[in-house]
Amino acid sequence: MIDYRASMNPKVLEIKPSGIRKFFDIANEIEDVISLSIGEPDFVTPWHVRQEGIRSLEEGKTWYSPNRGFAELRKEICKWFSRHYKVDYNPDKECLVTVGGSEAIDGALRCLICPGDEVLIPQPSFVCYEPLTRMAGGVPVILETKAEDAFRLTPEALRAAITPKTKLLILPYPNNPTGAVMRREHLNAIADVLRDTDILVLSDEIYSELTYGDTRHVSFAAIDGMRERTIVVNGFSKAFAMTGWRLGFALGPEALIGQMTKLHQYAIMSAPTTSQYAAIEAMKNGDSDSVYMREQYDMRRRLIVDGFNEMGLPCFEPEGAFYIFPCIRSTGMTSEEFCERLIHEEHVAVVPGTAFGDCGEGFVRVSYSYSIRHITEALSRIAHFVARVRDGKA
Amino acid sequence: MDRLLTLLNENARLTTRQLAAMLNETEENVESAINAYEKSGVIRGYKAIINWEKVDANNAIAIIELRVVPKRERGFDEIAGKIMALPEVDSVYLISGGYDLAVFVHGSSMQEIAMFVMRRLATLDSVQSTATHFVLTRYKADGIIMNAAEEKDERRELFCD
Repeated sequence: MIDYRASMNPKVLEIKPSGIRKFFDIANEIEDVISLSIGEPDFVTPWHVRQEGIRSLEEGKTWYSPNRGFAELRKEICKWFSRHYKVDYNPDKECLVTVGGSEAIDGALRCLICPGDEVLIPQPSFVCYEPLTRMAGGVPVILETKAEDAFRLTPEALRAAITPKTKLLILPYPNNPTGAVMRREHLNAIADVLRDTDILVLSDEIYSELTYGDTRHVSFAAIDGMRERTIVVNGFSKAFAMTGWRLGFALGPEALIGQMTKLHQYAIMSAPTTSQYAAIEAMKNGDSDSVYMREQYDMRRRLIVDGFNEMGLPCFEPEGAFYIFPCIRSTGMTSEEFCERLIHEEHVAVVPGTAFGDCGEGFVRVSYSYSIRHITEALSRIAHFVARVRDGKA
Repeated sequence: MDRLLTLLNENARLTTRQLAAMLNETEENVESAINAYEKSGVIRGYKAIINWEKVDANNAIAIIELRVVPKRERGFDEIAGKIMALPEVDSVYLISGGYDLAVFVHGSSMQEIAMFVMRRLATLDSVQSTATHFVLTRYKADGIIMNAAEEKDERRELFCD
């Protein structure tokens, strides 16, 4: 008998299984479950974008693309980024097309991290940073963000975490799961801490187009002096409802993108060709689609924030992505208890905040990437649940 | 407040509070805008969209094409006025193309609708001809897909393995 565990890389064995699985095992057994747990757009990719993918297939364009992505796509990505976020990149040297933002994150970590390097990871945040850091040989250092800071990374918390071993800061804003964003002044404060260091930044801006309020997203690379130390990760999944196409990109200084391209070429070869043809159309003619979807999400955002506030579960106003992160401590339950009872008693699925880091305790993630009808029904069930818990008639 | 109309058109059961939250307006403003729309006749009513096939009610629907002779001065208005006064009639549209009026009619059976067409519509003096199309199935009506099962959310949970 082969002892498989003994044969495995211990770093893989140490990756904790996802905390959300058991809820979906439960959800799958209950018939009329309403979910507010999904982390992808409910919109379908705009038709004109799909059409370009279809056209490329009809024309038989089914081969590999260049390793770093089609030149036209890289050119359009750089134009799009410059148009929206006012930072210019050279499409031939500073842009890599990847299999989703996820590959770009993994590739950046693997290219940058030496054994023992510390990677600063604000939490609550997307689940992949910590395991991918460990696989790359790095040491994750968790920066806990707090509701009273609107879940932003503060310069004080950053400064306190820096050691001589700090290699990289991950900046996951707009944030999944909290909906927090870093406005220009907040990024400036982070930049002031970093300016005299050699710390690099991986800025995961995948939700950039889903930033609400009077001002739009600011890329960390647009902050004075930060472009040279920043790898920007972005992609098509959220801005153009293209999750299944698996397409993203990394932008950064030539010296970094060049090495990432080398790794990408051996690990992946090239991102999906069909998706790249569709993405060219999204970059060229998709701005109004992003605006439309942002307006729809924004209305749902206001609706759901108001709904939670009305039922007495305070919720700081999320300014980005499509999640709210209400505090459920007043119910006297832990995040897991809340989610488990909510699904059993009212058949509504939401995700415990602890799935995104220990500091998510006391919160739940609620997605509003759903129709208004769906959201209002779920809200009324949750309100019912909370009222019953409060009355002690559980 | 065109966005208000869009929201109500999609779902008239949203509360004033919900509408106000979504539109970033006060409840008072939303309430007075709705009143103004009702008063000026922009909003003509509120009703549920019902899939009668699920209710097991005797219910037949037909679309009737009418060719009519327009009246001097009043054009199609006079005949349209007569037709829309009939309680069996749900909608009356003046149409471009091969015929003039499209009349949507309901009844408890196809037979009843047939009788209605023969006795009440065909006999109107400016009606030249009728063509009755019975509706067999309503797949989608008023922007709503009738069979809810076809609206299945195919998205899946990640990080569950």
